[in-house]
Amino acid sequence: MNLIHDSEDNKGRSELLRFSTCGSVDDGKSTLIGRLLYDSKTLFEDQLDALERSQTLSGDQKVNLANLTDGLRAEREQGITIDVAYRYLATPKRKFIIADTPGHIQYTRNMVTGASTANLAVILIDARKGIIEQSRRHSFIASLLGIPHLVLCVNKMDLMDFKKEVFDFICDDFEKFSTRLNIKDISYIPMSALEGDNIVDLSERMPWYKGPAFLSFLENLHIVNDQNFSDPRFPVQWVIRPRSDEFHDFRAFSGKMACGVFKVGDDIISLPSGKRSRIKEILNLDQSLDLAFTPMSVAIRLEDEIDVSRGDVLVHPDHIPYVSNEIQAMICWMHETPLISGKKYFLKHLNQTSKAIIKEVVFRTDINDLTENYDAPSLGLNEIGKVKIKTQAKLVFDNYSRCRSTGSFILIDEATHATVASGMICEPVNEMPMPQYDGYVI
Amino acid sequence: MEHYRLSHLDTLEAESIHIMREVAAEFQQPVLLFSGGKDSLVMLRIAEKAFRPAKFPFPVMHIDTGHNFPEVLKFRDDLIESMGEQLIVRTVEDAIKMGIAVETADGNVSRNRLQSPTLLAAIEEFKFDAAFGGGRRDEEKARAKERIFSFRDDFGQWDPKNQRPELWNIYNGRIFEGENIRVFPISNWTELDVWQYIEREKMEIPSIYFAHEREVFFRDDQWLSTGEYLVPGDNERVQKKMVRFRTIGDMVCTGAIESTCSSVAEIITEIAAFRVSERGGRADDRFSETAMEDRKKEGYF
Ligand SMILES: Nc1nc2c(ncn2[C@@H]2O[C@H](COP(=O)(O)OP(=O)(O)OP(=O)(O)O)[C@@H](O)[C@H]2O)c(=O)[nH]1
Ligand SMILES: [Mg+2]
Repeated sequence: MNLIHDSEDNKGRSELLRFSTCGSVDDGKSTLIGRLLYDSKTLFEDQLDALERSQTLSGDQKVNLANLTDGLRAEREQGITIDVAYRYLATPKRKFIIADTPGHIQYTRNMVTGASTANLAVILIDARKGIIEQSRRHSFIASLLGIPHLVLCVNKMDLMDFKKEVFDFICDDFEKFSTRLNIKDISYIPMSALEGDNIVDLSERMPWYKGPAFLSFLENLHIVNDQNFSDPRFPVQWVIRPRSDEFHDFRAFSGKMACGVFKVGDDIISLPSGKRSRIKEILNLDQSLDLAFTPMSVAIRLEDEIDVSRGDVLVHPDHIPYVSNEIQAMICWMHETPLISGKKYFLKHLNQTSKAIIKEVVFRTDINDLTENYDAPSLGLNEIGKVKIKTQAKLVFDNYSRCRSTGSFILIDEATHATVASGMICEPVNEMPMPQYDGYVI
Repeated sequence: MEHYRLSHLDTLEAESIHIMREVAAEFQQPVLLFSGGKDSLVMLRIAEKAFRPAKFPFPVMHIDTGHNFPEVLKFRDDLIESMGEQLIVRTVEDAIKMGIAVETADGNVSRNRLQSPTLLAAIEEFKFDAAFGGGRRDEEKARAKERIFSFRDDFGQWDPKNQRPELWNIYNGRIFEGENIRVFPISNWTELDVWQYIEREKMEIPSIYFAHEREVFFRDDQWLSTGEYLVPGDNERVQKKMVRFRTIGDMVCTGAIESTCSSVAEIITEIAAFRVSERGGRADDRFSETAMEDRKKEGYF
């Protein structure tokens, strides 16, 4: 295990930043990513050749930088992004996983896919159009997804003579809207993705802009405080039982730390059963570790032979999550067939899939002004709202804002197996007292 | 508050381990597709991290085009045996005999395409419901679009315009009989990550990744190995050169590069300076703009 200290090097020890592009169709998201890869000289010659070839084929005047990420035939034919493209960039300072997502409203679910794991949302705005409904929708989704950082890129400044007033106006407008969002860290950059202004190098055409260029912004964004290291949560994924002569009695619980830190010797409670034990050993293959923190994948051995299996969550007795089968959550509906109250779905949360019923739509959020409509009977494709859900199995969870992994779930249609919604848990249905597990001590 | 930071390689490793365990837990009959190349070696290493000291809860399967490098086949057999795991081999040759795959007249590039029907037949034969592949999103623009859990219908086909949303690390692996999921645990790794990991984990790799002397001839902008399956034309001069392979695939279409690298550390330095992408040397991808997308739609890895 390599814990990072301050120095950076190229031996696989640098830090990883995941970001995703968001914004309306044609605002220049794919062009921005193409420009970033192009100007940072990370493209290979054959990729450049292919880019130039596709230009000659389509008779474009300039190379189309968006073609670097728009890899599907249908995308090239239509000149739009349909599904997320993942690209990778490494600079001496950081490694980046880039999700270039579609702006078209029809493909919002693919945008949500790309944004769900991001630490940073890059919202593109067409300087000619300013903040429009789709900019607001994507910003709101980024906020719902708990993305801690947002950068508003005011693009196509070349079409607005690089005027400071245009940039200032759009920033003011967004600032007003963003007071209703849940994102603490917001930055603003004026740019021209097409012509390369403020992408890798600072633009001479906007001397009034005193901030960093896009790449330098990405390299220096402060992300260490983003994770929850205070509530240890270890959802058990798979029980390792060799049943061999050599490892006759070996039993380890494997999984990925969803939140927090566990150390050897820590007391644990397994939920929902409430059984207690203590951590004997933390393993990564044959390496014995002193501690495990999110997002590490490890195997944990306990002092006692208690009954623990897939779906159970090991937590610390001083940091107990909620345990309930009734939750309230914000959900983003992602399927053509609208939500049906009272219908059964599968709900996948952590390592458990349970049957679930949507009891009630509490409200639907109006994307334009973020007001709540309490008369909404259902949610349709790309609509967002709050619902009450009852599950067959007990869920062990936190508020999404406290821990992204233990607070998120998806809904799956029973008949088609389609993923129909993504959910972020707000709280249990009845604010209940913390469960008492002392009675279960063994 | 205390801060903990995980390096990017450890972050990638943790994600891949999680994916493998998820598949082991949720599917009846998974299989790990192994080619002998570096990416599938990384998958095996990840599988060890996910399941040891127990055996893997799935077999390892190689779809052999019949045009593989003998060094790689030997390496494959020795490795899987030393790991104590189960190896299944299904060959394109047999698939042709059985009439499942049909060889086209030009013989060369097409063998690669014949892997798809062979694979689909093997999936059918063993009733596999999930298959791990070593594909990485940085390899190719169609792969860059693919989910980690990639749904395939009854005919093994990928529908790029209608992929299931895939949020956080919650994977929807629900399928009906006959359908299956291709799972790509190292989707988010780059070529450089793979090599850095091989170095860090001190992994054994097939000898042809290192520089060696070989009889080659120049065709389609690359150095190809002479041999039983690939005969140079009249104007193609055979030469002895110090070369190595950057990827391992079918002998007929995998080009070698001139190199003197004799260690993984040297390879890392070499590829960090490369100006041509990994698959730039593979004829099967240069077929057309959307060659990979088309093959994937037919059931390719
Ligand atoms: N003048 C100008 N045009 C730009 C700029 N950035 C992008 N464009 C153009 O805007 C059009 C759309 O760009 P894309 O990058 O495909 O837009 P997108 O946001 O990725 O669109 P979707 O992914 O389909 O939502 C293309 O014709 C680009 O050339 C810019 O900075 N200035
Ligand atoms: Mg785009």
